[in-house]
Amino acid sequence: MSTNIYVPDVNRRSKASRAQSRLAWLLITPTIIVLTIVIIVPVFQSLQQSLYGKPGLDPETGFVSDVEPFVGLDNYTSIFTDAGSRFWTAAWNTTLFGVVTVVLETILGVAMALIMHRAMRGRGFVRAAILVPWAIPTAVSAILWGWIFNQNGVANAILGQHIMWASGNASAKLAIIIADVWKTAPYIGLLTLAGLQVIPDEVYEAAKIDGANAWKRFTKITLPLVKPALVVAVLFRALDALRMFDLPYILIGPRKNSVETISMLVQDEASNLRYGSAAAYALILFLYVFIFAFAFTRITHADLGATAPRSGGGRRRKLPATVFLPQGRPAAVGATSDNTIARTSERSKS
Amino acid sequence: MSASDHPRRKIDWAGALSTFGIFLIVIYCLAPFYWMVVSSLRPDIEIFENTWWPRHVSFENYQAVFSTKNNFGQGLINSLIVSVVVTVVALAIATFASYALARLDFRGKGVLLLVVLATSMFPLVAIIVPLLKNFSAWNWINTYQAMIIPDLSFSLPLAVWNLTSFFRQMPQELEQSAMVDGCTPGQAFRKVILPIAAPGIFTTAIIIFIGAWNEFLVAVTMINNPAMQPATVLLSKFTGASQFNTPFGSQMAAGVVMTLPLVIMVLLFQRRIVAGLAAGGLKQ
Repeated sequence: MSTNIYVPDVNRRSKASRAQSRLAWLLITPTIIVLTIVIIVPVFQSLQQSLYGKPGLDPETGFVSDVEPFVGLDNYTSIFTDAGSRFWTAAWNTTLFGVVTVVLETILGVAMALIMHRAMRGRGFVRAAILVPWAIPTAVSAILWGWIFNQNGVANAILGQHIMWASGNASAKLAIIIADVWKTAPYIGLLTLAGLQVIPDEVYEAAKIDGANAWKRFTKITLPLVKPALVVAVLFRALDALRMFDLPYILIGPRKNSVETISMLVQDEASNLRYGSAAAYALILFLYVFIFAFAFTRITHADLGATAPRSGGGRRRKLPATVFLPQGRPAAVGATSDNTIARTSERSKS
Repeated sequence: MSASDHPRRKIDWAGALSTFGIFLIVIYCLAPFYWMVVSSLRPDIEIFENTWWPRHVSFENYQAVFSTKNNFGQGLINSLIVSVVVTVVALAIATFASYALARLDFRGKGVLLLVVLATSMFPLVAIIVPLLKNFSAWNWINTYQAMIIPDLSFSLPLAVWNLTSFFRQMPQELEQSAMVDGCTPGQAFRKVILPIAAPGIFTTAIIIFIGAWNEFLVAVTMINNPAMQPATVLLSKFTGASQFNTPFGSQMAAGVVMTLPLVIMVLLFQRRIVAGLAAGGLKQ
C-alpha cells in the first residue's frame, strides 16, 4: 500500500527537476550557440590556420597559387630562427607591461582604497572621479597621453626636459606604463574598496583591544581579508594587460619595436595577410595567458565564485572572492556587515 | 571605527590626512582629463602653451572635428550603432542564460559558469585571424556585423557573469509566490522577475555599452573604409590640415566629444556602475 503512494511521489519530483533542467538548457542554448560561433569555432580554425603558410609560387608547377601551402609546424619553429627576433621582442614587451603595470596599479589601487575607506566625506564625488579614467576609451586616453608626452607637451614642461618620449626605447615603454597605470589603478582601487567594506569593524576593534598596532592590523587583518577580492581584480587586470593593444598602437604607433606587444604583432601579421604566422602567434599568446591564469589561480588559491556555493560553505577555509556576490558571503561576515557600496553611499548622502 | 572612539586631536590628524589623500586621488584621476579639455579649447596657434587655462578660449577645434573632411560625426554614429546593437543583443541573450544559471538547478551549471568566465578572459586577438578570413570570404569587411559579432565575444560573457550575480540577490520566493497567484513560470519571469531585475540589467547595459564604445582592435582590423569606421579608429587616424603637423587641438576636442557622454553617464549612475563592477569584478 505504502509503495503505491511513495512511487508516484518520486516520479513527480524527478519530473519537476527534469522539467527545470530542460527549461535551463533552453534558456542557456542561445548563449552557448553564440559563444561557440564567436569563440570556440574560431579557436579551432586558428589552430588549423597556424599550420598553413602564405600562398605564393608553387614550387612544383612554378605557377602563382592562391592556395595556402601546408607548412606543418614551420610557423612555430620559425620563432627559434631569425624570424623570431620580432616575436621575442613582442613577448618581452608583453610580459614587461603585464608585470610592471599590474604591480604598480595594485600598490596604487590598494593605497587609494585604504584612503577612500577611511574618508568620511566626499565619497560620492571621489567615486565619480575615480570612474573617469575607467570610462575614457583607451583610444582617447592613448591620444591624450600622446599629447602629454609630446616633445613640447606638458610632461616635458613639468620636468623641464626635452625628452623625445615616443622615439626612445625606455621612454616609450615608460610612457605606456604611466598611461596604463593611470587608467587602471583606480579600477583596482574600486574593487579593493568593495572588498574592504565587507570587513566588519568589530574585527578591528577586537585586534585593537588585543594591542595590535596599525601596521599589524593592516598586514594581519586587512590584507588577508581583502585578498580574495584583490586577487580577482589583479587576475582580470593581468589578463587584460597581457593582451594590451590599443594603448601602444595609438600612443607610440604600430610596428614600433620599443612597445610592440604580441597582440600588435598578431594584428600586423593578419592585416598583411600572413594568416598562418598570425594564427601561430595568437595561439602562443592564448597559451601564455591560459598558463598565467592557471598558475595565478593555483598560487593564490583564487576562488572565482563560478562554482556557485549555494549550499553554504562548511568546507571553506577562507573568505572567497564571492564576497562580490552577496549570497556567497560567509554567514559570519555577511550577517554583521551588509554595507555594500551602494548602501554606504545612500547613508552618506542622507 | 566611529569618530567617537578616538581622542579629539587624533581625529583631526587622521581627518586632515585622509582629506589630503582624497584630494590627491581626485587630482590623479582628473588632471589628464582636465588637460584634454583645456587643450581642446586653445586656439591652434596657442596649442603648445602650458598655461593652466587657455588665454583665449576658442571652439575652432570643435568646428574642425565636425568638418566634413574628418567624417567624425559619421564615426560617432557608427560607434553608437555598434555599441547599441551589441548591448541589446548581449543583454537579450544573457538575461535568459543568467536567469537559468542563478535560479535553476541542473547538471553542468558549475562547468558552464567556468566556461563563461574563461571566455571573458580570452585574448580577443586569438580569434581575429579566422574571423578576418571568414568575413572577407563573405564580403563582410566594412560592415556593421563584422564589428558587432566579434564584440559579442567579450560583452556576452561579461553580461552573463554580471546578471547572474544580480539574479542571485533576489529572494527565491518571488517566483513561487507569483506561481501560487496563478502565473506560469514564463509569466513569473516576465512580470515579476524582470521588473525587479531591471536595475541590474541597466547597470550591465552601461558597462557593456562602455566596453563596446571603447572597442578598437576589431574595428581597426575589419574596417578600412573611413565611412564605416567607429570614432575610436577615426580618432587614431586624424590628420591635420597639412600632412606634417599632428592636429593636437582637434584630437583633444574629438577625445572630449567621445568621452563626455561617458563621463556624464558615470556621474549620473556612479553608484550603480560601482555596484556592477564589484558584482562582476570584470574588465575595465
